[in-house]
Amino acid sequence: MRIFVPGDAAACAVGADEVAAAVGGNVIRNGSRGMFELEPLLENEAEAGRIGFARVTAEDVPAILDQGREHPKCVGPVDELPFLKRQTRLTFARCGITDPQSMADYRAHGGLKGLERAIALGPEATVEEVVQSGLRGRGGAGFPAGIKWRTAAGAAAPQKYIVCNADEGDSGTFADRMVMEGDPFMLIEGMAIAGLAVGATYGYIYIRSEYPHAVRAMQRAVDTARRHGLLGRLLGSDHEFDMEVRVGAGAYVCGEETSLLESLEGKRGEVRAKPPLPALEGLFGKPTIINNVLTLSAVPYVLAEGAKAYADYGMGRSRGTMPIQLAGNVKNGGLFETAFGITLGELVNDIGGGTLSGRPVRAVQVGGPLGAYFPPSEFHLPFDYETFAAADGLIGHAGIVVFDDSVDMARMARFAMQFCAAESCGKCTPCRIGSIRGMEALDRVLAGTEVAANLALIEELCETMKFGSLCALGGFTPYPVMSALKHFPEDFARAREVETMA
Amino acid sequence: MSVEDQVGEILRRHQGREGALLPILNDVQAALGHVPAAAVPLIAEALNLSRAEVHGVVTFYHDLKGAPAERPVIKLCRAEACQARGVEALAPLFENDARIEVETVYCLGLCASGPSAMVGARVFARLDEAAAQKLIGEVAA
Repeated sequence: MRIFVPGDAAACAVGADEVAAAVGGNVIRNGSRGMFELEPLLENEAEAGRIGFARVTAEDVPAILDQGREHPKCVGPVDELPFLKRQTRLTFARCGITDPQSMADYRAHGGLKGLERAIALGPEATVEEVVQSGLRGRGGAGFPAGIKWRTAAGAAAPQKYIVCNADEGDSGTFADRMVMEGDPFMLIEGMAIAGLAVGATYGYIYIRSEYPHAVRAMQRAVDTARRHGLLGRLLGSDHEFDMEVRVGAGAYVCGEETSLLESLEGKRGEVRAKPPLPALEGLFGKPTIINNVLTLSAVPYVLAEGAKAYADYGMGRSRGTMPIQLAGNVKNGGLFETAFGITLGELVNDIGGGTLSGRPVRAVQVGGPLGAYFPPSEFHLPFDYETFAAADGLIGHAGIVVFDDSVDMARMARFAMQFCAAESCGKCTPCRIGSIRGMEALDRVLAGTEVAANLALIEELCETMKFGSLCALGGFTPYPVMSALKHFPEDFARAREVETMA
Repeated sequence: MSVEDQVGEILRRHQGREGALLPILNDVQAALGHVPAAAVPLIAEALNLSRAEVHGVVTFYHDLKGAPAERPVIKLCRAEACQARGVEALAPLFENDARIEVETVYCLGLCASGPSAMVGARVFARLDEAAAQKLIGEVAA
């Protein structure tokens, strides 16, 4: 009989460590299943499958072990829970199921098959496989991963690098963290395949400092991977690849790829102008593949099952699955991996179950602090890069933050500018100064001072920031601001009444 | 151990490493609770950088502090997802408690379980008034 208690940070934040200590010696610290309302979710392996117990405390443990399914906190077989059953888990197939630090468990659940096939195919065919899969960068920009790889593969250089962007700073996102804590070997395998494909022999994974659990998990996993031939001479082949973990120091902008490279080089995390593309001149001036955790984590599946198996999921030019993160004021928050094409309304209402507070949903922000706010009237939108772009939004890293009707959208617009001002790297003027001026203008709107003139100023400012900024921080801050204005004008009009009354 | 000795020990640990400045500064911050001005020239010399370059990096990153915290620090997430779950109503509890120092962070990756906070490497979620009071009490003790 095996007992699982997640070691995931979101489980530990609600007492999972104490529960694990109460279970004692042979407890397995799995990743989270991604149903955070149920954490700490203790699982007891029985003949019928794994039986779950939700919101367990240390004091519950003896009674749970004694009563089994009779215990009031039992939620039945975990795999049968509707939230999990409705998903298509390709990237998250193992997360929460295996012991994340056991290479034997990883292998037993299909691990290393992708790397084995890449070694058999050789570099060129491996790159083509990723191109054919249609996999696009999961960090937010959605650039085709295979094209990036092809560019780096074609560059001649004595040294190339693979860099994994694990600086997951967007509010409402936690999928990268879950992968690192719940299935770290998959990410290492993805990086090794990337190294083999483009001829890079060294990699860095840059993890934000706000993720101490992920840092520890990845460091342990890298050491284990080296001992088992997943790093070094790859599975005994002629291909060499090794890597190390680097930790950030609390700068949101370092999630931008060129800023991250600067930071890795030991500099201020200031954005670089492009070109040159990192694929040609990246880390230390060498050709560098920089991909998000989820992009690299999708690669082992693509190689193991073939490009077509992956590309068969999805819609339009958005192929495969997306690990979507339901967050904020939502009843069933968590990780929901599914093929592209599911609508926003299905995600928020059917799967998310509406708000946690029980009040009506008023707005959702999709794609982090730089993503647009949408009202329920836009819930017909299918989750797809192009559809969201056409609706003046973005899917970004696929975080969805739900707000109920108590939200003041003028304040959220102001927060977007405040956040940009706090996190701007300072290199370009529209972002550095525009965000401050935007904040001031929104303060005047909130105070009811010359509302119409200030709103016109904000619109103009947003245009400048959108087209004049070097990176997405300044360039996309207008999305939350303008979408709030467009979809929720009444929140800005409230301030107008102050003006008329005065 | 003096600042010089501690920084010297950290510098030795990272010798020969590419792009070593941030790992060095993170270690200094962890060991001393801040990056003292006296450490800057030592690090600059070891890495063949100017003092201005090192100073520029120290002042860029939110985690690196010029002076040690005067009271125990609680990092409170005030990003959108935690706002949607009510952190703003909770924030004054932290801000008005003279026993602790509250630092704003944007996202701890606990966005379906907020409001959330971090103390050192420990994380706390589903904070309501009672849980927040308990956390503040523990940290202040």
